[in-house]
Amino acid sequence: MVESTVQQSRSRDLDKLLLRPGNLVGPNFEPGPGLREDLKEYVRVLVVGAGGLGCELLKDLALSGFREIEVIDMDRIEVSNLNRQFLFRLEDVGKPKAEVAARRVMQRVAGVNIVPHFCRIEDKELDFYSNFSIIALGLDSIEARSYINSVACSFLEYDADDKPQEETVKPMVDGGTEGFQGHARVIMPGITPCFECTIWLFPPQVKFPLCTLAETPRTAAHCIEYAHLIKWDEVHSGEAFDPDDPEHMKWVYDEANKRAELFGIPGVTLSLTQGVVKNIIPAIASTNAIISAACALETLKIASGCSKTLSNYLTYNGAEGLHTKVTEFVRDKDCLVCGPGVLIELDASVTLQKFIELLEEHPKLLLSKASIAHRGKNLYMQAPPVLEEMTRSNLSKSLYDLMGKIPKDVVHATGTTNKNDKKTSVLRKLRVVFKGVDEITDMETAAGGA
Amino acid sequence: MAEPKTKYDRQLRIWGEQGQTALEKASVCLLNCGPTGSETLKNLVLGGVGSITVIDGSKVESGDLGNNFMVDESSVGQSKAKCVCQFLQELNDAVKAKFIEEYPEALIQTNPSFFSQFTLVVATQLVEDSMVKLDRICRDANVLLIFARSYGLTGLVRISLKEHTVIESKPEHFLDDLRLNNPWPELRGFAETIDLDVSDPVAHKHTPYVVILVKMAQEWAKSHGGKLPTTREEKKEFKELIKARMTAIDEDNYREAIENSFKVFTPRGISPELQQIISDSRSEIDSSSSDFWVMVAALKEFLANEGGGEAPLEGSIPDMTSSTEHYVALQKIYQAKAEADFLVIDQRVRSLLKKIGRDPSSISKATVKSFCKNARKLKVCRYRPIEDEFSSPILPDLQKYLTDEDYSVAGGFYILLRAVDRFAANYNSFPGKFEGVMDEDISRLKTTAVGLLSDLGCNGVTLTEDLINEMCRFGAAELHAVAAFIGGIASQEVIKLITRQFVPLSGTFIFNGIDHKSQLLAL
Repeated sequence: MVESTVQQSRSRDLDKLLLRPGNLVGPNFEPGPGLREDLKEYVRVLVVGAGGLGCELLKDLALSGFREIEVIDMDRIEVSNLNRQFLFRLEDVGKPKAEVAARRVMQRVAGVNIVPHFCRIEDKELDFYSNFSIIALGLDSIEARSYINSVACSFLEYDADDKPQEETVKPMVDGGTEGFQGHARVIMPGITPCFECTIWLFPPQVKFPLCTLAETPRTAAHCIEYAHLIKWDEVHSGEAFDPDDPEHMKWVYDEANKRAELFGIPGVTLSLTQGVVKNIIPAIASTNAIISAACALETLKIASGCSKTLSNYLTYNGAEGLHTKVTEFVRDKDCLVCGPGVLIELDASVTLQKFIELLEEHPKLLLSKASIAHRGKNLYMQAPPVLEEMTRSNLSKSLYDLMGKIPKDVVHATGTTNKNDKKTSVLRKLRVVFKGVDEITDMETAAGGA
Repeated sequence: MAEPKTKYDRQLRIWGEQGQTALEKASVCLLNCGPTGSETLKNLVLGGVGSITVIDGSKVESGDLGNNFMVDESSVGQSKAKCVCQFLQELNDAVKAKFIEEYPEALIQTNPSFFSQFTLVVATQLVEDSMVKLDRICRDANVLLIFARSYGLTGLVRISLKEHTVIESKPEHFLDDLRLNNPWPELRGFAETIDLDVSDPVAHKHTPYVVILVKMAQEWAKSHGGKLPTTREEKKEFKELIKARMTAIDEDNYREAIENSFKVFTPRGISPELQQIISDSRSEIDSSSSDFWVMVAALKEFLANEGGGEAPLEGSIPDMTSSTEHYVALQKIYQAKAEADFLVIDQRVRSLLKKIGRDPSSISKATVKSFCKNARKLKVCRYRPIEDEFSSPILPDLQKYLTDEDYSVAGGFYILLRAVDRFAANYNSFPGKFEGVMDEDISRLKTTAVGLLSDLGCNGVTLTEDLINEMCRFGAAELHAVAAFIGGIASQEVIKLITRQFVPLSGTFIFNGIDHKSQLLAL
């Protein structure tokens, strides 16, 4: 055959899709070697999470033509990760996930560059996130998804007709799994629904009523939660319960057992105790592989246009036979996160301090301890202390002055809000309009000219 | 090897110690270790499968570095099977990993008995001819077989075996077994000890809904000639009657009773699906029958005798608003009935075993117990021989798949995946594999596909030009992301088959990587 004589490229298989024209492709598809090189050179992908999905995503992206990848994760490797997080070995336990994952993939895939970030997602400034072409999410918490979603949506700008400006759309690809089930979705802020538009897809977890735990326990889980949520505090005045401390876990297990015996309730085991207390989600390698692969494939399609993209939500269930379903969800046009932003009208004299207080009372926001940024510049930061000190003097200045005397513009506020009785970090886009400043500006100009 | 229990904790929560033991006993053979095969095994090795044997005759080329994570720069020129095997071993030293440097096609041809040593064979990237031969070999040797293939933005997964029976099918949504439409004497007796009109409000709001419904159903039957509500009006009236017994608006137990009242209305007896299993000719047992069918035979006798048309009781109840005392008492009543049903079935299993000349203790009590607990959820999966499907697919269904809007892309890929094999048999390479002959390949593939459709008796159905072009554009590429998806599904099915838990996929899964509208085609 001819093949063996031709110098083979590493991208032998990928080239078929990137170099050849097709009819079932994305609207901006421009096949050719230039496209392949652009993917390598210019497309920067951020992987959020280096766990079950993150490990797979890093591998899949590194083998899908991407060269510039970064990964962020605050966790360290645990033994229970090893049944699926295939980039980690027993000797890695205790090390930061992001660092080990990045190193392993770089060792195996020559030429790929993966920068790890061992920190919380909230620790990075907006600028960090704005540098990426696509953000791929491999997370297991609603709060973290919500946060990244708000960050990506904060870059979105609307034109005068409230149409999203294409170059400000930061695409996200999101995956999630539980046991044999999972989902993969594509989020194009301003074009397809963002995470917040369809937040109802993730109903809050049902908690047991305290009176059931205290008075009428019926199941093993009730006994465990009694020991964990009520008895612990009664006995250990002031000492916080640490789910990662085996001694603490053992104590809860023993107490739960005592209570179960007292009421004649069967089924308390150490494994169940850990499951209930730590809210452990069962996880297996295969589902993570499937969902991550779908996400990586969509990332490749978004970046290259080499095929159509998923529109816009894939659900997967492999427990009973195999079911996949694509649903085209629609945007919530009043979405606080991906919409044009919350309109706030202010007098030009309002100080930054006053503005931050207003956000706390604003019925649509109820945002406490807000940090404020304008066009990438921090006007006030609540933390860390160094930045707080540096920006503190701005509090007494008028927001109008701080924003460079622009009559209307977007500012970003990061703070906390209460969601389902839980404090959550959120980022909100605010469209600030200063009342009556147009005329003032005119008068000043007129006066200056006289 | 440290702490396997902790290491496997997240999966033990899904398939338990028993599933894990089955996995650790299994030996899996992989044919071809490109990315599809490697990724399949990766997921199994992580989970702790007993042993793997990687079979591939090729050497690593630089093109493999771009789609296979299990090979690296230093592997080029070496046996691919060896390199992949080495990396997989690194993932889990509890797994016995070995490799054989040989082409699977040759092995299928020259050494069919080789495959009988394995629990399961995962055959990746095989063409039609080898698939048919391997299927025959594995069926004869009772070796489980899964085909997996990635091809451009499409691919397939297909299980092939004679029969797979499942006791622990673990459905997510399944009606609990409360028997509210047909309570047995002890449950009725317990309900009689409780007064629904108790004056103490705390006791009133802690009467479990099971008791409320049993009593209300009994009251209803008394005034309706022994019948339970059947018509819409009657059901509505029944709910109103429950509502009328509430003494405060915050009585969760009464709200639950109304929500769960449909459990009183559901017909008695077993589901049509279970009826089908009972009526299966395999339930006429002899000495060659499997344990599963012996137990089904016992179940059949139970239904006709002690069970009075009902399967053995499952014995567990869902959580519900209740005092601890009532709840625990109810739990015991359900458990006692389940235990009694089990003892009857167990007895019947022993006598049946004796009757067919087997050791009466050859099925463990634990197995019979699990069978009884899951009797309503039994599953029997059968798969047509590949050869039969290929030569005579179910024509009306195939026609439907090719023309139905939701199925036509997947149906088209199904035909094209077969057409490329015919193409390769005729022209010695897959369409679009090489540059410069695209137009010729496209028209040849089209002719091949038309020929195939006509051979199958599917005249008058055409595939779209776009899809044929796309198939040529793929040029038999094995993209990593597609391979990881297909390999992920293949490994999941391996786990379901080996653990004998959950329900394996039926038909052929056709991956549609264009818009993810993948489908299962039962042909």
